[in-house]
Amino acid sequence: MRYIEHDIVVKRMNGRNVVNKLFKSIFLLATLSALLALVILLYQIVSQGASHLSIDFLTNFASRFPAEAGIKAALVGSIWLMLVVAPTSIILGVGSAIYLEEYAGKNRITTFIQMNISNLAGVPSVVFGLLGLTIFVRALALGNSILAAGFTMSLLILPVIIVASQEAIRSVPGELRDASYGMGATKWQTIVRIILPAAIPGILTGSILALSRAIGETAPLIVVGVPVIIQFLPEGVMDTFTALPMQIYDWSSRPQQEFQQVAAAGIIVLMSVLLLMNSVAVFIRNKFEKRY
Amino acid sequence: MSTTQAINNRSKTAGLEQESSQATSTSSVYDTKQLNLWYGDNHALKNIDLDIKQNEVTAIIGPSGCGKSTYLKTLNRMVELVPNVKTSGQIMYRGRNIFDKDYSVEELRTRVGMVFQKPNPFPKSIYDNIAYGPRIHGIKNKKILDEIVEKSLRGAAIWDEVKDRLNENAYSISGGQQQRICIARALAIEPDVILMDEPTSALDPISTLKIEELVQELKKDYSIIIVTHNMQQAARISDKTAFFLNGEVIEYDNTDTIFSNPSDKRTEDYISGRFG
Amino acid sequence: MGQSVQEMIAQSKGKKSKKFVEKMIPVLLFLIATVSVLTTIGIMLTLIVETVTFFTRVSFIEFIFGTTWLPFSNLDAQFGILPLIVGTLKITLIAIVVAVPIGISAAIYLSEYATDNVRRVIKPVLEVLAGIPTIVYGFFALTFVTPLLQSIFPEIKIFNAISPGIVVGIMIIPMIASLSEDAMSSVPKSIRDGALAMGSTKFEVAMKITVPAAISGIIASVVLAISRAIGETMIVSLAAGSTPKFDGDFTGSIQTMTAYIVQVSKGDAGYGTTIYYSIYAVGFTLFVFTLVMNILANYVSKRFREEY
Repeated sequence: MRYIEHDIVVKRMNGRNVVNKLFKSIFLLATLSALLALVILLYQIVSQGASHLSIDFLTNFASRFPAEAGIKAALVGSIWLMLVVAPTSIILGVGSAIYLEEYAGKNRITTFIQMNISNLAGVPSVVFGLLGLTIFVRALALGNSILAAGFTMSLLILPVIIVASQEAIRSVPGELRDASYGMGATKWQTIVRIILPAAIPGILTGSILALSRAIGETAPLIVVGVPVIIQFLPEGVMDTFTALPMQIYDWSSRPQQEFQQVAAAGIIVLMSVLLLMNSVAVFIRNKFEKRY
Repeated sequence: MSTTQAINNRSKTAGLEQESSQATSTSSVYDTKQLNLWYGDNHALKNIDLDIKQNEVTAIIGPSGCGKSTYLKTLNRMVELVPNVKTSGQIMYRGRNIFDKDYSVEELRTRVGMVFQKPNPFPKSIYDNIAYGPRIHGIKNKKILDEIVEKSLRGAAIWDEVKDRLNENAYSISGGQQQRICIARALAIEPDVILMDEPTSALDPISTLKIEELVQELKKDYSIIIVTHNMQQAARISDKTAFFLNGEVIEYDNTDTIFSNPSDKRTEDYISGRFG
Repeated sequence: MGQSVQEMIAQSKGKKSKKFVEKMIPVLLFLIATVSVLTTIGIMLTLIVETVTFFTRVSFIEFIFGTTWLPFSNLDAQFGILPLIVGTLKITLIAIVVAVPIGISAAIYLSEYATDNVRRVIKPVLEVLAGIPTIVYGFFALTFVTPLLQSIFPEIKIFNAISPGIVVGIMIIPMIASLSEDAMSSVPKSIRDGALAMGSTKFEVAMKITVPAAISGIIASVVLAISRAIGETMIVSLAAGSTPKFDGDFTGSIQTMTAYIVQVSKGDAGYGTTIYYSIYAVGFTLFVFTLVMNILANYVSKRFREEY
């Protein structure tokens, strides 16, 4: 006795193939709609901001008058901020990653640290702002300085750098390690001379991507009290400053239509900085890819 | 030298006689004519001609990379899942060219079941694994599904081992049992042909023996084409054997003939273990 | 060079500094690794201490169950957080309605249908989408999506829940798509082949095999995306307004927990005022929400992980 009538199966096959094609189109359309959103977003920003973009825009300070408003203080401020965030977060992140990958035993403390890192990555950035406000701005009395904001941002991107560095270190082949130990090298020598050089492309790529997140973050800066109207450039890490996303936020929230264009021009500058950083990351990734 | 040649010649004629006498008694399921296949620039199958008979076990042997798996996967067009595959020639399945535009792969694959190298049950219960095929082909009646599941599991000689744990995940049983679940899964859609791609290569000897016995049992109702690495296995279970080398069919004959009196020197070298 | 290499090695082995370094380095690195733990402790302590101070001035019951959030009133300040939670949930709801279908569809397309070449184009674009700063999305919501919606539905106000909700949705699409795709791609190819060899269409493979097998990863991606939407700050600060409301209206101005924190931080709420402490109480609530979501995502992906 047969249960499956092949004639019926063949008859149904057409319908099933139509359903398959239909859903393939739906899935493709959904995917394309996400890409379309990106295209519209970029087009909107360029079309609104291009007219305001000029050398003056880069060299002027902020102003009450849209036509004169420039981004100099914010651009320089963001660079200062990165000068604090980059070394702080990379030293802490890579150090943690080396500890977790090379030294930590498989015990409860390690599991706890690891779990803590993944949870920390999910804490909203505005909450990091509250931490920075309480600890760095008030308790350590750093005020709304570059240092206070920089430390806050460093902690914010720390989990990202740790995870990326751990992956980079983990992908160094075990044979390299063994070869180094086999010659009588100590653990630290092996780490410094063999593992880190091999892992550095991955670490750098991950770090640059993390820093590009930090340069676009706004909420923590607002909460730690970074001001907007700044008519001077900072001269040290204890000075007040403003940053690109702060400036863009301020311009965006002004009612005058002209300031929308200034904001769009500011976004173009910010996105250009991000593009530059990402290009460097992609360059490093491609240049050092698949060496073993 | 001259004696070997003489034996070869004798066996060749004997083989031909036997084959022609069988051709009248059984009809063919797959008739491959001048099949060529390329992976990109790599010419993987060259001018294959094979006539595969109904209710027989046909073994395909040959060293790694000889194209035996590729040929098997061409029979149900699974090979097309690899990017940049090109084919030419014909494979007639029951008189219809499987490469015809209006022959849908899904339709072909409901007639031709497949068992893979490594057991690959779905991450579902044993019951749902077996019922998967009938369900996608439109059978929803619970009672009929129950019957199909039991019949298929019995057919794959595993009913007694799993009848009390049908709702357990198929990954909770041993590898050998998983492979028989996969055979039962193929049986559930009542195929005409079953393709087996080194079905025992990942299994222990006892499980292998069970599968081999099962194959003998199944050939009463199905035509079976099995790719195997293991020449003893081919000798034990198959009626016909095709020897592949570098994408070509070197020799195709009754299994007894291939293993006792191969007509080609390369076949002889391979079965006597001189290479591969 | 009167010495052999082995002799030179033997001499340097004896140096005390080398042994000291080998002993101190793990300690130093351990201290660095504790910074992430200290950060978590710092966040919890900060939020708890300041929130406790807040509750010496405002009753806990009023905060949790109160339906009016009126912090800036001089005469009758009220601190019922429900309106802020409702505002946050409105944004999250719209974001999920936008992002879940699109994100999961994209994941299915990428893992089941797309050729390698198509995947090589689409995945980097999704990465770009994921890397755009939220302030840019906020600007996009305010200057493009809101006017667009207003031209279709005139009843929608300048500040509303729909526009930022949609844009938060766009922001979390890459997260759902890439995490779900990871989960689906980890279903072994051999299992897909098994289903295809029985005459399944790709759609049937996706719906009956891949998606059910990857369901824990897909759910985890959605939960993480919800957590991200709850914590999103700049899009809502720019485009959702600053009117805490306890109702079901999506077309007018609302306020989320995050937007309230920004609003207070921008102004000059003096240190020590009730308003100052209120941002910690709101931040604490926000933290609890996202923490629960993150733990849930972790639990789902660990507990229901398929073994193949």
